Amino acid sequence: MKFFFSSGHGACPGCSLPIAVKNVLYALEGKCFVVNPTGCLEIISSQYDRSAWGVPYIHSVFENAAAVAAGIDAALKALGRKDEGHVVVFAGDGATADIGIGCLSGMFDRNHDVLYICLDNEAYQNTGNQQSGLTPPGSNTTTTPAGKILPGKIGRKKDMVAFALAHKIPYVATASVAYPTDIRRKVKRAVEFEGAKYIQILCPCVTGWGINSNETIKVAKLAVETALYPIVEYENGELVRVRKIKERKPVEEYLKIQRRFRHLFKHPKGKEIIEELQRIADENAKRFGLDE
Amino acid sequence: MVRKVVRGFYAVAYAVKLCRPSVICAYPITPQTEIVENLAAMYANGELENCQYITAESEFGAASILVGASATGARTFTATCSQGLILMSEVLWNAAGMRLPIVMVIANRSLSAPLSIWNDHQDSMAMRDACIIQVYVENNQEAHDMIPQAYKIAENRDVMLPFMVCMDGYKLTHAYEPVDLLEQETVDSFLPPYDPPIKLTTKDPLTFGCYAPPHCYMEFRVVMQRAMMRAKKVMEEVFKEWAELTGRNWGGLISTDYMDDAETAVVAMGSVVGLVREVVEEMRKDGKKVGLVKIRSFRPFPTEELRKVMKDVENIVVFERAVSFGHEGPVAIDLKSALFGHCNAKVYSFAVGLGGRDIPRDLIRKCINNAIEGKVDEGFHFEGVKEFEEVII
Ligand SMILES: Cc1ncc(C[n+]2csc(CCOP(=O)(O)OP(=O)(O)O)c2C)c(N)n1
Ligand code: SF4
Ligand SMILES: [Mg+2]
Repeated sequence: MKFFFSSGHGACPGCSLPIAVKNVLYALEGKCFVVNPTGCLEIISSQYDRSAWGVPYIHSVFENAAAVAAGIDAALKALGRKDEGHVVVFAGDGATADIGIGCLSGMFDRNHDVLYICLDNEAYQNTGNQQSGLTPPGSNTTTTPAGKILPGKIGRKKDMVAFALAHKIPYVATASVAYPTDIRRKVKRAVEFEGAKYIQILCPCVTGWGINSNETIKVAKLAVETALYPIVEYENGELVRVRKIKERKPVEEYLKIQRRFRHLFKHPKGKEIIEELQRIADENAKRFGLDE
Repeated sequence: MVRKVVRGFYAVAYAVKLCRPSVICAYPITPQTEIVENLAAMYANGELENCQYITAESEFGAASILVGASATGARTFTATCSQGLILMSEVLWNAAGMRLPIVMVIANRSLSAPLSIWNDHQDSMAMRDACIIQVYVENNQEAHDMIPQAYKIAENRDVMLPFMVCMDGYKLTHAYEPVDLLEQETVDSFLPPYDPPIKLTTKDPLTFGCYAPPHCYMEFRVVMQRAMMRAKKVMEEVFKEWAELTGRNWGGLISTDYMDDAETAVVAMGSVVGLVREVVEEMRKDGKKVGLVKIRSFRPFPTEELRKVMKDVENIVVFERAVSFGHEGPVAIDLKSALFGHCNAKVYSFAVGLGGRDIPRDLIRKCINNAIEGKVDEGFHFEGVKEFEEVII
């Protein structure tokens, strides 16, 4: 396997981001331009003179990756260089769903030929685990800490799949680093479509989530097996495929092995939150027909 | 060459077209909007070859799109002002650090609050330190001429920096003036296609926008400063080449009138220069030894040029179109730092026409006379302000 993202980068041991990135780049055979906003991936990979990237790469600021990618797409078209490769964004959940959502909407709306990958580690991890719009309820982050009164984050995880679909872009999917072949297949499928593509990949963060560095894949799998993270695929707005679950596990199994949720098992409001999360999982299973 | 009476926005849009940009991207804001509307019309009529015209979702998005496009090797253009410019500012600092020669027109407009769509220089002054070249033009012919020169300077390998052509909103953008419109062949002979030394390409994968820990950050800032300083020479050369090519000589980083024996130098930037020049000429007729210094390039700042022409003057009168709140007018601040130890003149600075307030000829004359006659203190003054009572609640 040829490496387009080399080892020796600065990720925490057990970090899932390189797994996602390598699989995407592998699927594209390195024929791509990478845009990466500020965040963990950028910091671990792009230090001056020590870049891990074997493909053309640009980092501009935190909230503009979708627009920078749109600019590359426009330039490649104007200069007659479209055949050089695909334009791919790797962006964190904060960069995608919060601060960069305006630029993302613009890029989707204009339907640039860009594959936008959201590496969803469910909080601002680069700055030390602050909540984002994609942080799930109950999560203990440094800005939604579990305290005497509050049980971690209040509110829901923003539905970015619905956001993407609302822009009528041709391809929208979710994935998990637990299933690399699925990531590669989806990337290959996505780039068959001309226009904007959105894939959101669940990427556990060992430090922020408080998991053992050898449990990244286990946790990424459990998120799917509990139906908290439904794996879905839409083409031209139609749901074409979901990842079925053989025996759906209760959400507690996912929650109890992560420090960010552990307080829920002791906190006065913890039970309520766990029930809410189970309700969300049940809803997901029903809505997407996940149970086999 | 055809001379036509056109409005400022058309004069710049037409010049941009002649520069054959690959990616144009902007967001509407008064009084800039007509520039990109004119370009949109040219695009719709197929007059912009091999060009992508992108309608961004915000100025922030527009600047970001141009970062991606410029890094990929495209010649780029945008226009904005005021709220739009400061919304772009994070990205523009980034573009300068990445050394992307994005050219933009700033249709200078004041900043909110209170909201005002009228002209002053507060918006571009807010970008003073961003390592972006800033040239202020006096009329629409200069604006038209400045566009090809801006690309040539910005894209010079010794420079590689973003470029702001600052033209006063409404006063120039919407003014009808006779303009000698350039021919395509003239611009083609002057401005070669953009060929960046490095770009994003799969043929030679490079990393743009790296992060630099303390052990290597400073060197990046050093080379940015050097590029700005080298730009002075490049600008002089390009300005000279332009004068030879078109017969229109706009001067260097500054241009002067009556400065040879002047005792009082009057300094201004932008469209007010025309009025100030007329007043200076009138005062000369009255036997007063007054001269005009028009600052064309505010960044890089014309330090040596100012030292040279100001060497023997007794009074310096600066007309400011912005304020550095808590200090004084930005032009006088820089002027004084440039002249410190080189000139003993008294410096008077007058903020005029903020938020589009009319700048009457008499006001200009009064300010200069008051300075010459020592009727005002040295330092900073607001002029043309009506009597009012401040209510502190
Ligand atoms: C305008 C701006 N605000 C805040 C920051 C600080 N900041 C840098 S990365 C980051 C969080 C990144 O979170 P996310 O996008 O989820 O990526 P992750 O690091 O979690 O992979 C923040 C808040 C910044 N760089 N720019
Ligand atoms: S903080 Fe989390 S996301 Fe960031 S490098 Fe470490 S494990 Fe990866
Ligand atoms: Mg994150």
